[in-house]
Amino acid sequence: MDGLLALYIFTLAAFTGYEIIAKVPVILHTPLMSGSNFVHGVVVVGAMLMLGTADTPVQQAIGFFAVALGAANAAGGYVVTERMLAMFKKKEA
Amino acid sequence: MTPPIYIQGAWYLGALLFIFGLKGMGSPASARKGIVIAGYGMLLAIAATFLIPGLQNLALMALALGLGGAVAWISGKKVKMTDMPQMVAIYNGMGGGAAAAIAAIEFAKGETHSLVTIVLAVIGALIGAVSFTGSCVAWAKLQGVLKKAHRLPAQNAVNVVLALVAIGLGSAMVILAPAQPQLIFAFFAVALVLGLIVTLPIGGADMPVVISLFNAFTGLAVGFEGYVLGNPALIIAGIVVGAAGTLLTQLMAKAMNRPLTNILFTPMVATGPGEAISGTMKELSALDAAALMRYASKVIIVPGYGMAVAHAQHKVWEMTEILEEAGVEVKFAIHPVAGRMPGHMNVLLAEAGVPYDKIMDLEEINGEFGQTDVALIIGANDVVNPSARTDKSSPIYGMPILNADMAQNVIVIKRGKGTGYSGVENALFYTDNCRMLYGDAQPMAGEIIQQLKAMG
Repeated sequence: MDGLLALYIFTLAAFTGYEIIAKVPVILHTPLMSGSNFVHGVVVVGAMLMLGTADTPVQQAIGFFAVALGAANAAGGYVVTERMLAMFKKKEA
Repeated sequence: MTPPIYIQGAWYLGALLFIFGLKGMGSPASARKGIVIAGYGMLLAIAATFLIPGLQNLALMALALGLGGAVAWISGKKVKMTDMPQMVAIYNGMGGGAAAAIAAIEFAKGETHSLVTIVLAVIGALIGAVSFTGSCVAWAKLQGVLKKAHRLPAQNAVNVVLALVAIGLGSAMVILAPAQPQLIFAFFAVALVLGLIVTLPIGGADMPVVISLFNAFTGLAVGFEGYVLGNPALIIAGIVVGAAGTLLTQLMAKAMNRPLTNILFTPMVATGPGEAISGTMKELSALDAAALMRYASKVIIVPGYGMAVAHAQHKVWEMTEILEEAGVEVKFAIHPVAGRMPGHMNVLLAEAGVPYDKIMDLEEINGEFGQTDVALIIGANDVVNPSARTDKSSPIYGMPILNADMAQNVIVIKRGKGTGYSGVENALFYTDNCRMLYGDAQPMAGEIIQQLKAMG
């Protein structure tokens, strides 16, 4: 990828991340942390790309490990975040 | 290899959904919708990747996805709310491990790359590996597998040497690229050990900061490996999380009034005896506690890690409902670093059914203690220690605290007479308006409920 283009993406993404979390009350730190924990589970896509192009048994083994870990990050991150957020209620029904 | 445009479009849409999802998580009312939106983004990105023409090992890939996903899904569904911090830590560590493994394969392939690519791959691998083993240690500590903080002699020197060796090996990989397998192996071994050694001496109460920091680490690692793979979706998701996590980590460190380096490299110990504290700790009975609160007009409850350990949140809410029925105004005050992960107490109270508009953070509530009849402190200690305001020799001096001591009466539910995590005596417990209720938070709350019911 063009290095300068990537630098633009890095910078803009960093600002986005900063803006999303700035001035957030303490009560929302858990959803934000746990939710962002889920979002970096997208690493599974990178792991799939590596496993999909692995051509030695060692690369396959590491790739398998990477995909399994990434999938666990995504699935686990989603489940615990969803469970926690489902409990946040305004008033008793 | 550039994937077809429809795959890239799906990735773009996935990244967009992540950002909308995170934005939604910035407000309690839309937070649930936010995670679901981000979830669709993830499914879309994974499905699209699967459909890239020419990918090999598809069966292996499906197996790994199924295995990792199913194990995490089931464990995530089962875990108790009180055990949530360690689950978040371990899932985060797995993401870091995956990022490091991506870099490992990239190095093993040894295809020619630009200098920038190799440098970012090495940095991503280093922080990903540190996040992986560091998060595993954090998990083990919170789960109670590792009971105490292990400090090596000359811990800081060991940290520095290990970090320098890791950086040296990483630089060698950049210069010698493509690196020999032995060098790659040595680099990863040192990086993994570094994560272990750095995290081992860190104590439980610093865990909100550590978990948040490793979350940021994994995000950055994912972003850097995304550049190596030429995948903007990974870059965006990773860097957004990295930036958000870094800011959150800073907020946490600020809430403890300790610089991050201090949390990572210095154990929290009482440096001196501090100012002498006069007075004695005075006990009261559950009946007196119930009466004080029943006839108060306003009560503020300050929960801490002790409430989580005792699983007392349901009883506490039951007690709150009885008090409210009797016309008492009840609010909850949460310190930013109460518990073992950012927002830990909020989650536990939400689980018990406490509506979030009764839960206040430090800035919102601190002005109200002066007009409060009873401050009920459940398993919290350092975060209500007035020495942080007054005693310059105290190790926690300057830490923002909840001003519970300004309430008319203070009741402290506490298991024993010991000090808090910092090892500092709490001056609050010795003040004239403070009464101690010794015992486990859950049976104590239960007893207060009995007494309240008896009063009618």
